[in-house]
Amino acid sequence: MTGRQRDENPAGIHLPLDPLPGHTSRGRLERVLRRGEFAVTTELNPPDSADPEDVYNRARIFDGWVDAINAVDASGANCHMSSVGICALLTRMGYAPIMQIACRDKNRIAIQGDVLGGAAMGVANMLCLTGDGVQAGDQPGAKPVFDLDSMSLLETIRIMRDNGKFLSGRKLTTPPQVFLGAAVNPFAPPYDFRPIHLGKKIAAGAQFVQTQYCFDVPMFKTFMQKARDLGHTEKVFVLCGVGPLASAKTAKWIRSNVPGVHIPDAVVKRLEGAQDQKKEGKQLCIDIINEVKEIPGVSGVHVMAYRQEEYVAEIVDESGVLKGRQPWKREIRHDDQMVADRLDRILHDEITETQVDMVKTAH
Amino acid sequence: MSETTPAKNGPAVTQATLVKKAAPKSDYKPADVSPQRRVQRTFAVRLWSVRHSRLLEWFYSRFADVFLLLHPLWKGIGYGRVEAPVKFVEKRVKGFMFDCRMCGQCVLSSTGMSCPMNCPKQLRNGPCGGVRANGNCEVEPDMPCVWVKAWEGSRNMVHGDKILTVQKPVDQSLRETSAWLRVTAQAAATRETTKNPGASA
Repeated sequence: MTGRQRDENPAGIHLPLDPLPGHTSRGRLERVLRRGEFAVTTELNPPDSADPEDVYNRARIFDGWVDAINAVDASGANCHMSSVGICALLTRMGYAPIMQIACRDKNRIAIQGDVLGGAAMGVANMLCLTGDGVQAGDQPGAKPVFDLDSMSLLETIRIMRDNGKFLSGRKLTTPPQVFLGAAVNPFAPPYDFRPIHLGKKIAAGAQFVQTQYCFDVPMFKTFMQKARDLGHTEKVFVLCGVGPLASAKTAKWIRSNVPGVHIPDAVVKRLEGAQDQKKEGKQLCIDIINEVKEIPGVSGVHVMAYRQEEYVAEIVDESGVLKGRQPWKREIRHDDQMVADRLDRILHDEITETQVDMVKTAH
Repeated sequence: MSETTPAKNGPAVTQATLVKKAAPKSDYKPADVSPQRRVQRTFAVRLWSVRHSRLLEWFYSRFADVFLLLHPLWKGIGYGRVEAPVKFVEKRVKGFMFDCRMCGQCVLSSTGMSCPMNCPKQLRNGPCGGVRANGNCEVEPDMPCVWVKAWEGSRNMVHGDKILTVQKPVDQSLRETSAWLRVTAQAAATRETTKNPGASA
């Protein structure tokens, strides 16, 4: 219906983008970041269901507001639809997923296989995580694998991509072309090691990083200052993790129950003092985005609105981080319409055509 | 949808708590959280080792030299034959000092003399994001994070910056073998190749 969008293959919506010089993936997220635009990513709440519609419905509310969607890999060690499965569905619809890989559930054999499978489906971004411990989730009796850790996982995929080899040294006929990501948490001790740890992740292959929820902007500023001093921000795109808090009670609960999330007292007080805590939580998120976007070296935000996904669009809109830019969004094109019409005819019209009739009508 | 996050109007219980509550009641409740912790209940010696990482680093490098000096002896008797007694001593000494898990590929000198295999996730490249604000472990709330200690320990060491090298994934096939003998044999081999290059080709 409308003209072609910026990051779209001119030959067809279903085709991968052309490789650009200096890019390691054919993905839109890498293009947006390398162009110097402020990127917005978000997280899809994975369904506990085998229905693909659940995934599509949850992805639809992000349409035209985000550059990439994280497909989480059993976050918090809770069992959900797998990240590979979600990526298979999302890539089919042309979304740009970020496939998360956690080291908790899979050993190096399974992980390398999934990397190839993911890349073959058209996943252009992969995020390497260690993963929460099994004690945090719904099945604490599970065997924790942790065969690799986030660092060696980054290196493994980098070796697969750049050297075209498995970890064993066996050759790949087509290496995966992916943009590699990692997670950092500037808000957990040892604080002075965290920027150096980021450097290690860059050395291992990280090209972009998403941070843990940022509620303490001064703390994040000192982290970024140190990262800048070490020269890290020139080598990696930092996406700051943000998200709305539903209420002061939630904030307190998260603070004491979710490992690695730091929420200062001032934030809890601000929420407690508000008339409408949910609205205030959203406003707080927007305020934090407006503060972090000014920090040099921050290339984007990662909006995690767990169970408040409908707010992502509002938050992105009201914070104005996109500056009028519209991220890629799937739109119906002429050939899609043709396929749809044809399918409709085949499925609904009662046509009983014999092959002989078909030959006759063809002439 | 069974995530560990509260419902709209306030905190709910976590799925993990529900599972724990639903478990059959028994008079015997183990005091600790995880199987790993049941083996190890006090960290005093391990923490001492981290505090004295510089001394231990010095001692370790002398010790490695002595072992290398004895290489002809090991070779004479046969590495295979000395393995059992050396492993016996190594396991007990390192077990006492560092709570060693006998991974067989010791990286203590790169991790501030804090054994990374004591991390419940056995991370060898740095802390995870779940470290508690008091510097304790996410999985074992009473245990100081192995990597917080490793960072502290490495700052006291002469070659503390070895903590920055990216470690390869653990080779599980080397478990329960002697790292001391392996390092010695490897050092002897590189010494020989540098002495007379080309001879080993």
